[in-house]
Amino acid sequence: MSAELCDLTGAELSAKLAAGETSASDVLASSQRRIDAVEDRVGAFLTRTDQLASERAEELDAYLSTGAPQSPVAGIPVALKDVLTTNGVRTTCGSKILETYVPPYDATAWARLAGAGAVLVGKTNCDEFAMGSSNENSAYGPVRNPWDTDRVPGGSSGGSAAAVAAGEAVWALGTDTGGSVRQPASLCGVVGLKPTYGRISRYGLIAFASSLDTVGTFSRTVRDSASMLQILAGHDPRDATSLDVPVPAYTDGIDGGVAGLRVGVVTEAFGEGVDPGVVASVRAAIDQLEGLGASIGEVELPHAAYALSAYYLIAPSECSSNLARYDGVRYGLRAPGEHADSIEMMFATRGQGFGPEVKRRIMLGTYALSAGYYEAYYGQAQKVRTLVIRNYEAAFERFDILVSPTSPTTAFRIGEKADDPMAMYLNDIFTIPANLGGVPAISIPSGLDDAGLPVGIQLTAPALDEPTLFRAAHALESALSLDLRPPLLQGAG
Amino acid sequence: MPVEIDIEHVAKLARLDLSDDESARLRTQLAQILEHAARVGEVAAADVPPTASPIPRANVYREDVPEPSLPADEALRNAPERDGDRFRVPRIAETGA
Repeated sequence: MSAELCDLTGAELSAKLAAGETSASDVLASSQRRIDAVEDRVGAFLTRTDQLASERAEELDAYLSTGAPQSPVAGIPVALKDVLTTNGVRTTCGSKILETYVPPYDATAWARLAGAGAVLVGKTNCDEFAMGSSNENSAYGPVRNPWDTDRVPGGSSGGSAAAVAAGEAVWALGTDTGGSVRQPASLCGVVGLKPTYGRISRYGLIAFASSLDTVGTFSRTVRDSASMLQILAGHDPRDATSLDVPVPAYTDGIDGGVAGLRVGVVTEAFGEGVDPGVVASVRAAIDQLEGLGASIGEVELPHAAYALSAYYLIAPSECSSNLARYDGVRYGLRAPGEHADSIEMMFATRGQGFGPEVKRRIMLGTYALSAGYYEAYYGQAQKVRTLVIRNYEAAFERFDILVSPTSPTTAFRIGEKADDPMAMYLNDIFTIPANLGGVPAISIPSGLDDAGLPVGIQLTAPALDEPTLFRAAHALESALSLDLRPPLLQGAG
Repeated sequence: MPVEIDIEHVAKLARLDLSDDESARLRTQLAQILEHAARVGEVAAADVPPTASPIPRANVYREDVPEPSLPADEALRNAPERDGDRFRVPRIAETGA
């Protein structure tokens, strides 16, 4: 399969569109041909929006032909994780309980991209209600990693990551509560950004854990990630947690380089349990940063070891509260048959509608919040969050950027960890602290391991310092100059 | 020390029907996860204040501007069962007397 329009970056496509060298309809057709060619092996999408997309592309071409000013987003094929609501397009959260749910409103994140001319190609598969690290918790089956279709794409935004890696979409949106954008980006060899908590509105993001949930982006370059955030960032009166602070010009200083930048290497992220291939690749990337003039030092986040424990109390607690809304009354599944009363109907609906991981977390959270246990679990976990934030404050006094592997391993085999929740939860050990601290972090590919699987390096910046994050990540990406094309796209197969 | 959890009680609080198999599996798994999670107690000293949100905000107000509401038909479009402009549900209270 030769490189096509859908394999280009958003910036390249935007330039071609502006120069009249291609049309939004041609770009869309390229993306749709790719979906037709690989989707039976990848399974990234739950719903395709072919008709809507074609109409949208035709409208855009009519608009572009007038020579009117054009946004860098116009005409770019975008996929959305199926936890973001789309007016008139089914939104399932990867759950049986929302199998037929058609939202009457658009998520603000999508409304902003759509307003700037993005073209929706479909809604992507994910772990049910974004709970998981392998995409195996979807009620609609797993997504397969384009680098090796026997392996997971990571999760929970696995479909979005796989779609961008395979060229089915040029960009995608995901959500990141404990690493659900960065970890699948790492496992699929693409760029995944989790911005500062509150930077992007969450109106229309179906809630999992409200003190942690963040909308994030997938792309194949750091520059595209910055272009997307430019459109997405900003205050939204419909989300009281969205930050009312100015939005800087994210691509302006992106070529500034890293000379003199203070980079802290998170020492404990290279220890036991981390694949040697991951360590080698990330170390080599850090050497590149040093070669570019960054000053490299070591830093410890002593409470990061407790962040995972805190996360598995805070996230389930908030989830048990947020998911109380699925009661079979106003939308979603209602268990079929006669019910003696509404309470019995709710028990049956929730028992039939939720999958094993969601039930596990609702139970864990309900227990942690119940009378007599609240202080010992939820209360203590909130204190650990304070300690994690203090760790970051101390680290960012000495360093501008922190680096670590994104994930301790490369993509693992489908089924390998499915029966061991604790082993699965350990996937997020390096990504969770940024969610607890609310700070921005990005995963970019650092290379391939000996098995030919992608490795990701995570860069973390202080709250709202996405400009420095993009500048450092772009410098590293340029120096590494990787040409990442999954085997799926190389053969005829 | 393994945590003993009254699974039936928690499931009742969560309004969740569980099969016997599910209950048995959850009893083991929750105990295992909570044993790990309980480590938060090792570092969370009394003088450390809790943090509920990473970017604390309080009392976020906006202007009270009247806007059109979602039309009833739209709001009811996903209803499992409707009765005119209302959601229809099974009995919620004892009848009679």
